[in-house]
Amino acid sequence: MQDTMMKRASELLADGTVVRVLGWKNGEFVYDPTPAVFDSAEALAQDFVYHDFCGSNLSKYLIELSRLEGKTLVFLKPCDSYSLNQLLTEHRIDREKVYIIGIPCDGKLDPDTVRSSAEGILSAVTEGDSVQVETMYGNVTLNKADCLLERCTVCKSHKVVVFDEMLGENGTVNPDSNRFDMVEKLEAMTPEERYEFWRGELSRCIRCNACRNVCPACSCEQCVFDSPTSGVSQKAAADSFEENMFHIIRAFHVAGRCTDCGECSRVCPQHIPLHLLNRKFIKDINTYYGEYQAGAEAGSRAPLVNFTMDDCEPNVIYKGGSK
Amino acid sequence: MLRIGVFVCHCGTNIAGTVDVKAVAETLGKEPAVVFSTDYPYMCSEAGQNIIKDAIKEYQLEGVVVCSCSPRMHEATFRKAVAAAGLNPYMLEVANIREQCSWIHKDMAEGTAKAIVLGRTAVAKVQLNAPLTAGESPVVKRALVIGGGIAGIQTALDIAEAGYPVDIVEKEPTIGGKMTQIDKTFPTLDCSSCILTPKMVECAQNENITIYSYSEVEAVTGFVGNFSVKIRRKARFVDEDKCTGCGACTEKCPVKNAPDAYNLGLSNRHAAYIPFAQAIPNVAVLDKERCIKLTKGKCGLCSTVCSAGAIDYEQQDSFVEEKYGAIVAATGYNPINIDGYDEFAYSQSKDVVTSLEFERILKADGPTEGHLARLSDGKQPKTIVFVQCVGSRESGSAHGCGKEYCSKICCMYTAKHAMLCREKYPDTDVYVFYIDVRTPGKNYDEFYRRAVEQYGVHYIKGMVGKVAPQADGTLDVQASDLISNEQLHVKADMVVLAAAIEPDKSARPLATMLTASMDTNDFFTEAHAKLRPVESPTAGVFLSGVCQGPKDIPETVAQAGAAASKVIGLLAKDKLSCNPCVAHSNEMKCNGCSSCANVCPYGAITYEDKDFSRRKDGTMMRRVASVNEAVCQGCGACTVACPSGAMDLKGFATSQIMAEVDAICK
Repeated sequence: MQDTMMKRASELLADGTVVRVLGWKNGEFVYDPTPAVFDSAEALAQDFVYHDFCGSNLSKYLIELSRLEGKTLVFLKPCDSYSLNQLLTEHRIDREKVYIIGIPCDGKLDPDTVRSSAEGILSAVTEGDSVQVETMYGNVTLNKADCLLERCTVCKSHKVVVFDEMLGENGTVNPDSNRFDMVEKLEAMTPEERYEFWRGELSRCIRCNACRNVCPACSCEQCVFDSPTSGVSQKAAADSFEENMFHIIRAFHVAGRCTDCGECSRVCPQHIPLHLLNRKFIKDINTYYGEYQAGAEAGSRAPLVNFTMDDCEPNVIYKGGSK
Repeated sequence: MLRIGVFVCHCGTNIAGTVDVKAVAETLGKEPAVVFSTDYPYMCSEAGQNIIKDAIKEYQLEGVVVCSCSPRMHEATFRKAVAAAGLNPYMLEVANIREQCSWIHKDMAEGTAKAIVLGRTAVAKVQLNAPLTAGESPVVKRALVIGGGIAGIQTALDIAEAGYPVDIVEKEPTIGGKMTQIDKTFPTLDCSSCILTPKMVECAQNENITIYSYSEVEAVTGFVGNFSVKIRRKARFVDEDKCTGCGACTEKCPVKNAPDAYNLGLSNRHAAYIPFAQAIPNVAVLDKERCIKLTKGKCGLCSTVCSAGAIDYEQQDSFVEEKYGAIVAATGYNPINIDGYDEFAYSQSKDVVTSLEFERILKADGPTEGHLARLSDGKQPKTIVFVQCVGSRESGSAHGCGKEYCSKICCMYTAKHAMLCREKYPDTDVYVFYIDVRTPGKNYDEFYRRAVEQYGVHYIKGMVGKVAPQADGTLDVQASDLISNEQLHVKADMVVLAAAIEPDKSARPLATMLTASMDTNDFFTEAHAKLRPVESPTAGVFLSGVCQGPKDIPETVAQAGAAASKVIGLLAKDKLSCNPCVAHSNEMKCNGCSSCANVCPYGAITYEDKDFSRRKDGTMMRRVASVNEAVCQGCGACTVACPSGAMDLKGFATSQIMAEVDAICK
């Protein structure tokens, strides 16, 4: 796949369709590849990589890149394409300035899980259901299903929803992803249990802002947490709970716009399951306003900023009841 | 920090009865920035206002807090007072310590403590107030009346008479409404059609009135003085301009089994029809559910016989978009569906009818051509039982369709029905079962007394428990007589049920479009129950007829005229002063995501690409929101939809709200 992608990118650079390519290059280790911009075939040949650790979502980088002269080529996996659509809906990206190559995906590896079973990783190659990991200490074979990122275990869609061309075959939406199972478990808890669950999870937060910085929905020109006039920026927390409000406020800010790409949880160095907050919103929106997938199509009106006669009355939602 | 003055009102004992106003004034006087604090029995009085004006001058106040009644009552009064003393009128905040405090608390200590918190909150907010200046917006001198019954007709006529163009939107093929179906009107017993049809004709002839019949309001945007309304003109498959109303199509139409809505389904009509002889406009309609040509593609007889060439099977719904300065809701009512009342055997016997069906039986153009006759066998009934309050005044409705309110018109029309029966058919025995007889109104009680005393109608206090159809075609009416305390059985030939009335089903979606509020029974809410009975709380929306609450014809006409005069008063103005508390966008924070424009009910937000270059070599174009202040109504929907906090509301800034919350939590 990497070679096909590189070849196609070089062609598009050569014929002038695009002036730069947004892809991945390896970081310090093979399991921490990082988004990178390439402006020549030589640069691609030197650093461009694509393998099963390339989980990061490239969509958000296009906000800045689409403001530059010339078109940018981007490789989008299915979940990344939903984010791109959502950003198009919000007029954050100029579609004319982006050339999208869709790439199929059947799950990306969670580096932490792989590392827990294999130290000194040199490369990892997926073959069917297994992952062949080459390490400094010999080869290890792992079961792929055990090494996937959380979001890939409950993948909502294998379909690239926006592209100029596809490399390989496009997949389909997966309505039976069971991605709300954990939300349902949380809903079944008593308020006290749930409070304890979240206090436990959120207490690990070190406010590194990685979740916000990676989130394609968190693309405000000026984040409320950085705005000196907001009254919350640089404010000392009055108690330990106030610190947790960061995540609750962020979940509210992206409600209805979050595509469930799972980047927040992927990048969290403290392994806080932040995606659950967003999924609770998505599940509620589905329940109260009908099935809605943010980013499934560009230009769709999200239920929270749209009114229809069929919407349930606010008092029904306050009561948490059914329609 | 601004220099603030606090003025605490006693409102007689309304506030002072449950709030220690002296303590409130004293405590608030110690708040930082408060340089003057006092209390007075009636702040809204001339003397009270003078205290405020004098204090502004004497203490060089820069902000004023009045602790009094709801700002809906006297905010305007105090703004004027503040302005008269040279302050910007928007440097005033009203702390509502009456409706939100003294009236709902009984305990003095509790009420006082809360009043202090509310006052402190207003002090915190006024610190962040900024002087605002109101703009102006023009008034479109055209009115829309939704509903073409007697309420809508009267309102439209009065507005048109004053010289303003007015459009009537009526969902049925003809205007006229319920009054067209009624035989006689109480308390004078004059013929309903005879008094209504001249008004219908006047509507058709008045140059200022446009009738959109068979039409419905599809969408409403805008605000007082500047509404934009989209009207759906349903396809009637007849060209309104060509049709002469000759009736040839209706005679030749081979479909004869369509239930006639004008007769409440008691008789049938053709698929091509004119609702009734005096219909306005006098134009035929094709029933698209029944017409053979429209359903099966064959027939086409009506088109062959129409000499005017008016039949158009290809006609589609069309849309009219028009601007209006004012909108009047006159959507009227319907009797409730009484299928749930099994005990009255309504669905079992043809001889159990509703009062409106009984009107049709009595009326000359009804199913029995005005002869009092049973619908089952056409025989003249000898004993008729009227049952009052079917579905009205029902608390905790066991039937699921009953209403808690009194439908108001039933006592009078039942007296009328009883009287008409005895008048025309003196050999008829007439019983009326009632809970209470409620006949206040000019010449109303006299009318009812006449039914009892002159016409010998048997009024029995008590409810009917059961109506059982008998093998011989009669109806066994089982009831209780509460005065003689006994159970009765009446062998009746006919039973008439005074079904409760409810607002038309089109009212609720219309209210949503108009952002006009409704009560739990789907009646439109008036701006003030006593002092603004024909205005909706939504500016520029007025209420006419039963859509606001049950009322009879004279009351409806009076209210229709009142609504018209309010509309005329509005349309007579060239400009309206705008609310300066409108939204504005901070371009440095705006992402251009369109969330605000998506939620804006007024279409006040547009986008432009602006250059935010920070580099000299290149451009940095960003899409940012801008608010049309003349169109914005300050609802604040955008401020909560904005993900980046770029949208804020003047006079209700997020920082002000947060300051209020902080003050409450202090």
